[in-house]
Amino acid sequence: MALEYPDELMYLDTHEYVRVDEEEGVVTIGISAFAIDQLGDIVFLELPEVGDPVEKGETFGTVESVKAVEDLKSPATGNVLERNDPLIDAPEQLADDPYGDGWLIKIKADDLAELDDAMSADEYRDQIEG
Amino acid sequence: MGRKGPVLWGGTTERFKLLARSPVLAGKPYNQKRSHYVNIVSMPLARTPLYAVSAELNARFTEFSGWEMPVQYGGIKQEHQAVREQAGMFDISHMGKFFLQGKSLLAQLQRLVPSDLSRLQPGAAQYTVLLNPQGGIVDDLIIYYQGTASGDTERVAIIVNAATTAKDKTWMLEHLEAKELLFEDVSGDRVLLAVQGPDAVAQLQRFTKEDLSKVNRFGHIEGTVLDQSAFLARTGYTGEDGFEVMIAPGTGQALWRALHENGVMPCGLGARDTLRLEAAMALYGQDITDETTPLEAGLKWLVHLDGAGEFIGRSVLHTQMEQGVERRLVGLRMMGRNIARHDYPVLHNDVVLGAVTSGTLSPTLGYPIALAYVPTAMSKVGHELSVAIRGKNHAAQIVKRPFYKRKNS
Repeated sequence: MALEYPDELMYLDTHEYVRVDEEEGVVTIGISAFAIDQLGDIVFLELPEVGDPVEKGETFGTVESVKAVEDLKSPATGNVLERNDPLIDAPEQLADDPYGDGWLIKIKADDLAELDDAMSADEYRDQIEG
Repeated sequence: MGRKGPVLWGGTTERFKLLARSPVLAGKPYNQKRSHYVNIVSMPLARTPLYAVSAELNARFTEFSGWEMPVQYGGIKQEHQAVREQAGMFDISHMGKFFLQGKSLLAQLQRLVPSDLSRLQPGAAQYTVLLNPQGGIVDDLIIYYQGTASGDTERVAIIVNAATTAKDKTWMLEHLEAKELLFEDVSGDRVLLAVQGPDAVAQLQRFTKEDLSKVNRFGHIEGTVLDQSAFLARTGYTGEDGFEVMIAPGTGQALWRALHENGVMPCGLGARDTLRLEAAMALYGQDITDETTPLEAGLKWLVHLDGAGEFIGRSVLHTQMEQGVERRLVGLRMMGRNIARHDYPVLHNDVVLGAVTSGTLSPTLGYPIALAYVPTAMSKVGHELSVAIRGKNHAAQIVKRPFYKRKNS
């Protein structure tokens, strides 16, 4: 089964995806289908509290599979608006719908221009498959 | 995302690296920044005779002590569950396999291990450890006594860890009286296939003429599999019933396919690790090393000071037996969801007491479990400690080992 990378999203080389609401300045962050496929069964998720600051390029949380521990990196600086609490109690469900119900946090970004260096779906696909 | 610290499963010698090696992306690093993982892939890794059949099943492979081994097939959780509830099979051909013959061989081997080998009857086996003079563990291994060949020539089979195969061989050849000793290293010539789980014996029985139900736990026979000669031992590393089967490569491939067709689930090193940890079986290089003694590691049951004679390391074990050990390997249950992993500090009242040696989310129990060395005074079951995870202390409690015990065992 081919892994999907929706065109409307942007991607980081550390395998987070970014969904941008430009009007509201809100950025939704998750991890790509590639990351989920590589991790295998996801068993633990740690996310910041609502209101916590996050910084571009810095760790905002952790995802663990049976065999790996990975930092989650923020694509932009801002504050956490929402986090996906049901997922913390059932992290294995992250794999069911990574680009939908499997989102991790939403942040209010200070400056959306920080996302300019994120990759398009095609660029990301080239990086991991190319 | 970015990798945090050392990859899990890490011992000094048996570090277990996650490599991005899906069939499509073979050889590509999971994260472009991790160029050092690419270097590992480009090193020549050994492959077992079952590599090709695993690759056919789209197994994901990993480097494990110089071998390219399957880490998972369908998924670690489902493989783990299959072994707990039905049957799974593991390619463990990377392990060291020796056949020894010699006069008074058991008496010679006795110098190397703290277990009383004179108790061994033909067809029985002893899980034990090779010890250095400091009482530290050179390796853990199983000695299968095969009886006498002619006169007082005794025969044993020995299975050791993959990473320590060369070291063990050197150690044994150095310390055994070489006269009239036949030491046959078949490590690279045979398949070793573990079939484990409540249905494992019945599944394997389809392909062998010998009555496997007559073989006791830790018993072994020289029999046949698919009409080819085979060494079959009722041992394993999962906490379940089952056999480990040593056979020629072609027979191994045929048995693998036959078992698979009959519903035995192929399992990788990932499930092997979660299964053994639930059963609180030590992983060499991680839970036990050349700096830990069997008494510290909770392996007192294999130390027989009365019967074992003058084995290497005896004086240290004797002293530890009389005066007690300073630290002990204990089982921990995490009280929250956070998973304690290898090398995470263990604390009491903010004082670091020791470190986690192995840890995982227990698929069977649903909560995180770990093994850790702590001072003996702090090692009682029920004692509350904490584990530092990413800078925060998380509550843990010492619990009985094993974490999981199968019924009827």
